[in-house]
Amino acid sequence: MNNFLAHTDEIRQTMLGEIGLSSIDELFSLISKEVRSDIKLTSGISELKAQKELKKLSKKNEIDFVSFLGGGVYNRFIPSAIGEITRRFEFNTAYTPYQPEISQGTLQMIYEFQTMICELTGMDVSNASVYDGATACAEAVAMAVKIKKKSKILVSDALNPDYKKVVETYCHDAGTVIEYAKVVDGKTLLDGDLSEYAAVLLQIPNYYGVIENIEELEGRKGTALLIACVDPMSLSVLKTPCSYGVDIAVGDFQQLGLAMSCGGPHGGFMAAKSAYARQLPGRIVGMTVDKEGKRAFTLTLQAREQHIRREKATSNICTNNSLMALSATVYMSLLGFEGMKEVELLSVQRAHQLAEDLEKIDGLGILYKDFLNEFVLNTNGMSERILSHLKRSGILGGIRLDENNILVAVTEMVEPESLELYVSKVKELF
Amino acid sequence: MSELIFEKKTNDDTQKRHAVSFETDRTFDLSKILRKDYLREKPPLLPSLSELEVMRHFTGLSEKNFCIEKGFYPLGSCTMKYNPKVNEWAASLEGFANIHPHQDDDDMQGALELMYKLQESLKILTGMDAMTLQPAAGAHGEFTGMSIVKKYFEKIGEKRTKVIVPDSSHGTNPATAHMCGFEIVQIKSDERGQVDVEDVKKNLSPDVAAIMMTNPNTLGIFEENILEISKLAHENGSLLYYDGANLNAVMGITTPHDMGFDIVHLNLHKTFAAPHGGGGPGSGPVGVVERLKGFLPVPVIEFDGTKYFRNYDLPDSIGKVKAFFGNFGVMIKAYTYILMMGMEGLKLASCDAVLNANYLKEKLKDVYKLPYDIPCMHEFVLSAENFKDAHITAMNIAKRLIDYGVHPPTVYFPLIVHEALMIEPTESESKAILDNFVDIMHKIAEEVKIAPELLFEAPHNTPVLKVDEVQAARQLNVRYQKV
Repeated sequence: MNNFLAHTDEIRQTMLGEIGLSSIDELFSLISKEVRSDIKLTSGISELKAQKELKKLSKKNEIDFVSFLGGGVYNRFIPSAIGEITRRFEFNTAYTPYQPEISQGTLQMIYEFQTMICELTGMDVSNASVYDGATACAEAVAMAVKIKKKSKILVSDALNPDYKKVVETYCHDAGTVIEYAKVVDGKTLLDGDLSEYAAVLLQIPNYYGVIENIEELEGRKGTALLIACVDPMSLSVLKTPCSYGVDIAVGDFQQLGLAMSCGGPHGGFMAAKSAYARQLPGRIVGMTVDKEGKRAFTLTLQAREQHIRREKATSNICTNNSLMALSATVYMSLLGFEGMKEVELLSVQRAHQLAEDLEKIDGLGILYKDFLNEFVLNTNGMSERILSHLKRSGILGGIRLDENNILVAVTEMVEPESLELYVSKVKELF
Repeated sequence: MSELIFEKKTNDDTQKRHAVSFETDRTFDLSKILRKDYLREKPPLLPSLSELEVMRHFTGLSEKNFCIEKGFYPLGSCTMKYNPKVNEWAASLEGFANIHPHQDDDDMQGALELMYKLQESLKILTGMDAMTLQPAAGAHGEFTGMSIVKKYFEKIGEKRTKVIVPDSSHGTNPATAHMCGFEIVQIKSDERGQVDVEDVKKNLSPDVAAIMMTNPNTLGIFEENILEISKLAHENGSLLYYDGANLNAVMGITTPHDMGFDIVHLNLHKTFAAPHGGGGPGSGPVGVVERLKGFLPVPVIEFDGTKYFRNYDLPDSIGKVKAFFGNFGVMIKAYTYILMMGMEGLKLASCDAVLNANYLKEKLKDVYKLPYDIPCMHEFVLSAENFKDAHITAMNIAKRLIDYGVHPPTVYFPLIVHEALMIEPTESESKAILDNFVDIMHKIAEEVKIAPELLFEAPHNTPVLKVDEVQAARQLNVRYQKV
């Protein structure tokens, strides 16, 4: 089975002969016997067999649920047109656009992505994307530490726990100290002067789905930068981070047309005030001209990056999740502002409908107000029982936070009948 | 002039039109639920187009890109091998694409099995004892690896502050070590393009935590003294880190373990045929030897004989480097590729990749300067220095190649070669393609003598001509603003 290889044995011999060698082994003359390995050479299989095998594996996953799972990854509607574009190999198999003359497609797309992220967040500049929301938070913290030359940061305790763990790893290695800000009634407390911190990192809406007290953020005291990890879908209806004094806005854009795919690949965005453009990590695309003055796009500010600056670079990151950014750009182009608002309002309305109906059940409560499409259901010690009971009816009822609480997310994918089923099934337990 | 999607005249300024819409209840009023001062007032500028208009726009953009399916892509260090289409098919299967990462282990046995089996294959190819698939890219794998180095020395109570990197290393190596709080010590390469062992000895002080190496190195040369270097490192109590960017040269021939490495990162988007996506997504699994197993990020994927499961119980773990499992979609592609290739096919792929590189090197070295004339592995570095008198640079040659329908090699890297042209043909290419490339490179060398303006002005037939990168940096314009 010689899948995907170009040569026959005859051709190999011809080529070896032409360069004065007689065997393949001679090509590896610099690798001494002591270093040679002897692995078991199993054979490959045909595509026919591979497809059967992969299909079998994929069917060992249970996906036929009505899902209320969220917590950073959401089951959103993905328009058919997105896959048709991202499967085009002109986008899919190209490398990072180092040669602008033959990469204008990718480069212009990223410029458009950056523009849309700036438009949604209200920020001045955006990079070309990073791995995901969690690493975007970690990179933003590193950026703030460098800007402020302070090695302490304040992180909201209501930040997504996975994001916290990633930020902790990055901070540990960089020698940055993290303090957590208390959460009261679902909202983060920011008291007093924050000048001792390089930055404050908040999530809006936070892990519990709650919109923080954004009206108080602009008037916060002290010099700490404000980093907000925001949900791009929510920005079709919520105020922009820029309008309440955010310095660096980051987030995950899985919801903009990307498959859940068991947690990745997704994408993270980073946008900032223009004063910090040169401290942004990652790729950035700029508009310029070609030698005849025609509009052109190219990677820019590369002097920040590892391949030039080595250990003095703003980050080690090379990736921008281009293909994911492409999905998001096509998504936002297809839906436009109105379409995004429609999706969000549909989800919010259904989430509030569900919350209202659940709250009517004696013994259940909705823990915090000020939420959009994700909320905490207080179950009085019944989390486990509720979730397993719902699962028997084909419903994944949410993420179990603890024995008392479940995090419930509602998107446009959940039909009103499923909301009714959710409520009626829960009622059976009370 | 290329029109931005925001500039299309068909955009509906009232934003009433959009390609995809939903059955939203028009009477629903958000301000009844939320404080009014939380609500957005000014709409963002997003397109307002029909689906056809959107499709035309992005189809138009795609036509301005080069890709593997269009032609030869010998971009050194990037392993631009063919990306089989079955990989795309597999990754988009509903049973994979629609899994939520918070589902129970029981509900994602197929995904966990795939990840577990992929880890097992990568363990065979690297000789490592344990793997994590969590890192999202090569540089992210490096970060994970160096975090492990840091945590390991903290655990055993040794204060080590330095990391050694060769002057030929990828820029990510020193950048990563710096991110993890280490001081960088750069060592020289010798006249054979290999790490200077004497310089290693000189710099291997007790405070050195690790040496980061790529083997074959970025010149495409196998480090013959690797066992000696690994012995020196280990005698000093330091760890040896393997940057797996060049694993495509040695699959089934040697393993990082047999070379004496302790930590390895791989690039599924290079070696294992997942596409580069125009810059990402990637996937950068990390493997470690037994004594470092406990430091891997959580969760690790395990199998108890009947069930695959996530294990979070690793007290010494560095924590998490990415949300959830990593880039599962990319793992599916690599797994499919490995399944179809088998270990036998992967070894043959490495042999062919090395054969193709040596074939090109031998056929080009008479016309271009070859700074290190010894057998290469899967790639080699030429220099355009011999055209200096004609004022021709590596970049001129790169841009002229575009006129001939070839993607330029990597230029100006590694930094230790002046006017570097780093060529990696990969195993995907036939002899006919390689011969054609040789002809083109000879023709260009001839043009240097008879018509150098063809090189100065190249490329000639691209959607845009030579791009003004200086202006891009000086007059920063990174987003569209409606005037």
